[in-house]
Amino acid sequence: MTDYNQQMIEKYRENFLKEVEHNVEEGEWVKMCMQCGVCSGSCPFGPYWEHPPQELFMMIRAGKRDEVLKSDSMWMCTSCYNCIARCPRGLPITHIIHGLATYAKRLGLAPKEQPTAKFAQLFWDNLTKTGRVNELKLGLALYFKVGEGLKTALENKDLGLAMLKAKRMNPFELVGGHKCKDIKGLHAILAKAEEIEERKIGMKA
Amino acid sequence: MADMKIGTYICKGCGLGERLDCDNLAMIAEREGKSNIVRQHDYLCSADGVKMIQDDIDNEGVNHVVIAACSRRAKTEAFDFDGCAVSRVNLREGVIWVRPDEEELRETTQEMAADYIRMGCAETRHMNPPHPNENRGHEERVLVVGGGLSGMKAALEAAKAGYPVTLVEKSGRLGGAMADVWKHIPTRPPFDQLVDNPVPALAKEIEAHPNITVYLNAHLTRTSGAPGRFSADISVESGETVTENFGAIIQASGFKPYDLANLPEMGGGRIPDVVDQMGLEKLAIEADGGPIKRPSDGKEVKKVVFVQCAGQRSDQEGHLPYCSGHCCLTSIKQAMYFKDQNPDIETLILFDDLRTPGAPGEDFYRAGQDKEITFRKGKVTEVTADGGSVKVRFKDLILDEEDTEQADLVVLATGMVPNAGVDIEALTKPNVEGESEGDEAGGEENAEGEVSVPVESILNLTYRQGPDVPQLKYGFADSHFICFPYETRRTGIYTTGPVRRPMDAEQAMEDATGAALKAIQAIENAKLGRAAHPRSGDLSFPSFRKEGCTQCKRCTVECPFGAIDEDEQRYPVFNESRCRRCGTCMGACPVRVISFENYSVDTVGQQIKNVDIPDEFDEKPRILVLACENDAYPALDMAAMQGIHYSQWARVIPVRCLGSVNTIWVTDALNSGYDGVILMGCQKGENYQCHFVKGSEMAHYRMSKIDDTLQQLNLEKERVATYEVAITDIERAPKLINDMAKTIDEIGMSPFKF
Ligand code: SF4
Ligand code: SF4
Ligand code: SF4
Ligand code: SF4
Repeated sequence: MTDYNQQMIEKYRENFLKEVEHNVEEGEWVKMCMQCGVCSGSCPFGPYWEHPPQELFMMIRAGKRDEVLKSDSMWMCTSCYNCIARCPRGLPITHIIHGLATYAKRLGLAPKEQPTAKFAQLFWDNLTKTGRVNELKLGLALYFKVGEGLKTALENKDLGLAMLKAKRMNPFELVGGHKCKDIKGLHAILAKAEEIEERKIGMKA
Repeated sequence: MADMKIGTYICKGCGLGERLDCDNLAMIAEREGKSNIVRQHDYLCSADGVKMIQDDIDNEGVNHVVIAACSRRAKTEAFDFDGCAVSRVNLREGVIWVRPDEEELRETTQEMAADYIRMGCAETRHMNPPHPNENRGHEERVLVVGGGLSGMKAALEAAKAGYPVTLVEKSGRLGGAMADVWKHIPTRPPFDQLVDNPVPALAKEIEAHPNITVYLNAHLTRTSGAPGRFSADISVESGETVTENFGAIIQASGFKPYDLANLPEMGGGRIPDVVDQMGLEKLAIEADGGPIKRPSDGKEVKKVVFVQCAGQRSDQEGHLPYCSGHCCLTSIKQAMYFKDQNPDIETLILFDDLRTPGAPGEDFYRAGQDKEITFRKGKVTEVTADGGSVKVRFKDLILDEEDTEQADLVVLATGMVPNAGVDIEALTKPNVEGESEGDEAGGEENAEGEVSVPVESILNLTYRQGPDVPQLKYGFADSHFICFPYETRRTGIYTTGPVRRPMDAEQAMEDATGAALKAIQAIENAKLGRAAHPRSGDLSFPSFRKEGCTQCKRCTVECPFGAIDEDEQRYPVFNESRCRRCGTCMGACPVRVISFENYSVDTVGQQIKNVDIPDEFDEKPRILVLACENDAYPALDMAAMQGIHYSQWARVIPVRCLGSVNTIWVTDALNSGYDGVILMGCQKGENYQCHFVKGSEMAHYRMSKIDDTLQQLNLEKERVATYEVAITDIERAPKLINDMAKTIDEIGMSPFKF
């Protein structure tokens, strides 16, 4: 838990819905949900979520801050956009779900051992380092940090070899790898973006 | 009629000419049907064909016309001959379209057609051209009972259409319950801003209208008569009684709010800061745009909880079983009272199913969400006082868990109880039937076994059937919420607004406009001596042969519309303009003395008799089908249009209503050798679809006694069947006929053939 989290608890006290409106991407839409359940019914992962989208939205209104933010539900979304396509109220559900996940992570409340959350971080680090995704490193990181290491790697051995054969993967990526032209510039952009966002949600003055 | 001249016209169009031997039919019409003139035409409904008939009427003195062509439901405008008795012989939908076009079936198809010709000619020989009833009134004034929103709107609409109006209101001001409401739900897009209460503007308009007379603090002490000639005694403010005449009556007696005290578990009547919606309106009017203060200590409300469906949509004893339709919208509106004044006030609506009917519905709900009214699906279990606030305990139905909320004020969305006057059916019902019946009718009066307060009559009708209009369900005064809105079972008296079904203000105003139109329809038809509805414009009416009448009162009792009174000698007195022309009285009369000019025991009885009954060994059974012309007959017609076939043994006779079926027809048919009889009427009972409300029910009841007759004749029970058939039973209706044909195949031919 972070200071920022404490700060937000104090700022919004009872009103979690307001907090979501202000700090979560597209959060102002949550109040418009009419609880029809179409999103939960449409989500291919619906049955595996502890709290599918409709329920998350209800929990936000019921002020269940901890239960929502600490839940691993938002991390289950595969961005298939089924829910957005179907919501009769036009809620940008997928975006809200990702917004909630991001916000929970900023607050330090996201579940620590959640595989999607971990992979998301790996992906981000991998990408922002050079401005290009290093597939070989990402794959290996996935096997060893999220998966069961050697066992997972061996399971995917044939796939890897086939990709090498088809020239979809370059073994030399292991050392260095390709990068974008202006890494410095990219890092500056990312830093700026982060600053803007943090200011927006009150993490920075 | 002394000089009856029958013209029979056979159409050869639509394939009739190819499928049937029309010369043979013409010969039958002449010889057996006793037609004076018989003509064939290639397209009878064409201008030329119609002219041929009209020429005979004009030049040859034809006054009975038999049209042997398509169904009576087709080409009604072409075959409308003023002053003539017209019979329709259904050769198209009734014969060629329901039979396969095959060489070996030609004979039976032709026999079917020949029988229908015989039947049509026999019918017309016993018909008279109907003429308007003489016992009519020409009064145009509309009486509106109740000066609430619906009454005001009905009065204005009728007056604007040119009809003088008298408006009787029991309280001292116009507006009824809606006068005590602060703001209204928007009626125009984008449906997000509340609008002013329309009552003051309407009241002004009424006061200024030269054609509307208003009596405040007034009520009706006696109402009698019929459409076009109602008379009412109005007890007015001064204590005097004014008697006025009216063409039609609109009853807009509104509703009473459900008594909060019936909901003690929700704090009703116990906790001062638990109010109903009318209570909140009062607080809002007092605040008039400022902060709303709660009743107990005048504290400004910072958090309010609305509880939907309080004591409604519930089967709990003393609760209302129905949805009052407006309360979800009203709670959203009332939550906006708070949010519009101060967006920081917390407003929570606890609903079970949020129902937002009508045009503003969904948009208004969205507007409420946009203004940050919180909605939670939950069922309230208990409301208690908790220090300085009110605690609402509820089960969240989405999260499936118990929860509580503290609030400064709780608003219970209770329902509407119709103000329909005396439940006349409960009056006539013997009390021994137990409480369940009384309950349903008595509404809140009987709750919790309290001593029921006698309900005051609203109309004080002098009808023998009781002082008020019959109630349909839960005490609402109507005769069918969907098919015949406004039409009570008292012709010329229309109910509108929440007395006939629960509704919101916007719907009530629309409703009132509809009722005004119905009243005008009744007035105009009464002037011409015609039926008001559903057989609008029908000139025929029932009359009875006094010498034969045994004063048994069956007709007066069974008439679903209270159209028959009694004179001092207990003979029936028919009120033609109250009558709907269903013929239920005709079906009821045990001595068969009731008839219409163009529809009688004979017009049908003779059709039955004139069917050719082949001898037993011909193996050609006959099935008589008496089909309600409102639903079953159209269903058979539509089956024909879709090429669905049915048995060649069927002979179908349309009847006005199954209620008009006199059992003598069935007995006669069985006696004269029919092998089976099928009766098809509309759905009866609680969710009835009968156009005459009780007709089908009466018929089913009468037919339940037919077994005795069958036993006496030593005939199998299966030979007579009574069904409820809907207009959509396009496949089922023909199947019922075919089933009977199969049954006859199994049990054999009737032994009564001569
Ligand atoms: S589909 Fe839309 S309105 Fe329905 S529950 Fe999901 S988010 Fe709410
Ligand atoms: S976008 Fe996410 S939340 Fe929406 S249906 Fe797909 S997986 Fe479910
Ligand atoms: S039973 Fe029908 S036809 Fe007879 S008087 Fe009543 S409404 Fe008229
Ligand atoms: S049912 Fe027939 S016999 Fe009986 S009172 Fe009526 S008219 Fe007379």
